[in-house]
Amino acid sequence: MARVIVDVMLKPEILDPQGQAITRALPRLGFSGVADVRQGKRFEVELDGPADEAAISDVRKMAETLLANTVIEDFTVRVED
Amino acid sequence: MSAARVGVVTFPGTLDDQDAARAVRLAGAEAVPLWHADRDLKGVDAVFLPGGFSYGDYLRCGAISRFAPLMDALVPAARDGLPVLGTCNGFQILCEAHLLPGALTRNQGLHYVCRDQRVRVENAGTAWTAEYEAGQEIVLPVKHGEGRFVADAHTLEALEGEGRVVFRYLGGNPNGSLNEIAGITNEAGNVVGLMPHPEHAVEELTGAPSVDGRGFFTSILKKLVNA
Repeated sequence: MARVIVDVMLKPEILDPQGQAITRALPRLGFSGVADVRQGKRFEVELDGPADEAAISDVRKMAETLLANTVIEDFTVRVED
Repeated sequence: MSAARVGVVTFPGTLDDQDAARAVRLAGAEAVPLWHADRDLKGVDAVFLPGGFSYGDYLRCGAISRFAPLMDALVPAARDGLPVLGTCNGFQILCEAHLLPGALTRNQGLHYVCRDQRVRVENAGTAWTAEYEAGQEIVLPVKHGEGRFVADAHTLEALEGEGRVVFRYLGGNPNGSLNEIAGITNEAGNVVGLMPHPEHAVEELTGAPSVDGRGFFTSILKKLVNA
């Protein structure tokens, strides 16, 4: 069993109004020194078997096909230690 | 016998399919119910993807619907020229399915917006807008939380340059959509997606702000009958 993490983020040029709202809320809560917040999604994919090259390649395909909309989002795939 | 059969697709969570079917019937066409789990299009002459919250908008609006069994039949048919109209969630599905470029993202103001919206018809040459005049201003209801059209600069330039922006918001942009884009079409002009709701603007009796939506349905009927 292995766990593969897929992080999906809006591309830098895509406006993230939710992230902006969070950025604006932080100073009100007493948190200073935050320049920007971007909000994204994290998927934890549990594999039946080991996270070998073929399995990771499959997860990458899942991300491209379904988990991310590559028109507006970037994703990264990594195996959790 | 009606010459034109327009399929109206229902996914789990679709809301506007009954209004859509009624608008199709009022124009004089036959509305053919299509279920998301169907695998064939029942020989319809055109397809309407109505609004709602298909599959609960899980993951992204339209992301799951795109892979419904019916879409396996619809996507190639649309690429072959079948007229397809998507409103609101239907527009989101068309973008997720890559039948239309770009994507619909969270409204810039973060609020769900429900109001009567003035829009300008920019392209009266599509399968669904031929009964309008280019430049005509119409009023349609909008109701969505994720209607901000975005596309990369290259795509946006192509859409503008090729006259594929079909509708533009007037009198205030409800969602921060780039270039005030309310609706677009594909290169062939058979697939049209927009955030406003023509199917909610076909009868005075329902309190609609106008009956300006009728033109979508008379456009497609005329095209199919004359085909």
